Amino acid sequence: MSFWRKVLTIIWKDVVAELRTKEIFSSMFVFALLLIVIFNFSFDLRVEKVAEVVPGVLWVTFVFAGTLGLNRSLALEMEDACLDGLLLAPMERGTIYFGKMLGNLIFISITEALMLPIFSAVFDLNLIRPALLLTIFLGTSGFAAVGTLLSTMAVNTRAREVMLPVLLFPIILPVVISAVKLTTGILDGLPWDSLAPWLRFLVGFDIIFLVISYLTFDYVVQG
Amino acid sequence: MNRSFRPGDLLNWLSGLTMIAALYMVFLYAPTEATMGHLQRIFYFHVSSAWVGFFAFFVTLVASIAYLASRKRHWDIVSFSSAEIGITFTAMSVITGSIWAKSTWNAWWPWQQEPRLILVTILLLIYFSYLMLRAFLEDEEQRARFAAVYGIVAFASVPLTFWSVRWWQRLHPVIFERRGAHLSRAMLVTFLFCLFTFTILYFTLLLHRSRLAKLADEVEGLKRRLHSGGGS
Repeated sequence: MSFWRKVLTIIWKDVVAELRTKEIFSSMFVFALLLIVIFNFSFDLRVEKVAEVVPGVLWVTFVFAGTLGLNRSLALEMEDACLDGLLLAPMERGTIYFGKMLGNLIFISITEALMLPIFSAVFDLNLIRPALLLTIFLGTSGFAAVGTLLSTMAVNTRAREVMLPVLLFPIILPVVISAVKLTTGILDGLPWDSLAPWLRFLVGFDIIFLVISYLTFDYVVQG
Repeated sequence: MNRSFRPGDLLNWLSGLTMIAALYMVFLYAPTEATMGHLQRIFYFHVSSAWVGFFAFFVTLVASIAYLASRKRHWDIVSFSSAEIGITFTAMSVITGSIWAKSTWNAWWPWQQEPRLILVTILLLIYFSYLMLRAFLEDEEQRARFAAVYGIVAFASVPLTFWSVRWWQRLHPVIFERRGAHLSRAMLVTFLFCLFTFTILYFTLLLHRSRLAKLADEVEGLKRRLHSGGGS
């Protein structure tokens, strides 16, 4: 089997499991929905222009919901020693990393895709624009790249689910900052050349962390 | 007790003496800056502690990689000792920077204008998380392995912090540019000497912290032997 066939097999395994249990997706979606409602009420009373807080609210929601999804995804692998079974499969550890990472990326992206129309309606602002979708995709890729590595570590600690945000948030903060800056710029209608540095930073960060996570994943799962 | 001379003794004396000399140079030898006055003298220790912070995290990275390659306990000790020292010195540079900022920009912590402050905060948070990760892992081998991986991932944010001052609109003064430094000769000498002093201090602290960790390991081993009923 080629590299991508193996990766696809792992993604397919996650998708089938998810279609049967709907555990990851439903928890992420309901949580994100609750966050939007809470944010909407807490800002509605004070903020003059809701559009000014939308980029922050958008990314906080994505990051919190995404963390929930990552935790669930890896916690499921720990149950009944599924991860050990996965490690026994005749493929490299890096392949497993890519499979899990892309699976997580797909689940989080689907949740985000469903949240965007709701966001647009609640805040009365059209968020479905090509540039914004690209930004969200890039931000989520960086998030899933580091998140998959760190959640594999977190589920092995004594604190389990609590550990992931502690490990992940400080590392992912630069990605979130540049994603929020880009989102703000796009919503304000700024020209592309003033957004380009942030876009470059976002892409660079994605690449750096994807490569590092790919290279170090092997050390996390062995032992 | 008759004890032989250890390399640690040399470092102890060297860091003590250079620190006295550095204080003399900063307060008496270096000229007073024209616009900022005596306030500018904070710069020597501010940049030196920032440098040691970065350097310490770099050592953590190198020791982490060395640990993953060799699986020697020694590298794990160096790795977390250096992270602890790095946090201390980064915090010192944040505090000295804040004092300077309050007098110059009239704000302790101008987040909005200076992206480097955000990134230094992230840096501190990352290495706090590094120590927390260690605290939450029981198995010694697994703790060392996970911490090493996190040490490598964490360091990716250090160069971002360092270069950010040149990437974005800035308030933070850029002292060194490609064409040369905005410093007089005496200031430059003082500054370089402070860098040297702080680097010596770093190695002294690293040596002592590592020795402490090794002794703690030995005590742990002795305790275990005691519990398992002694024997040679």
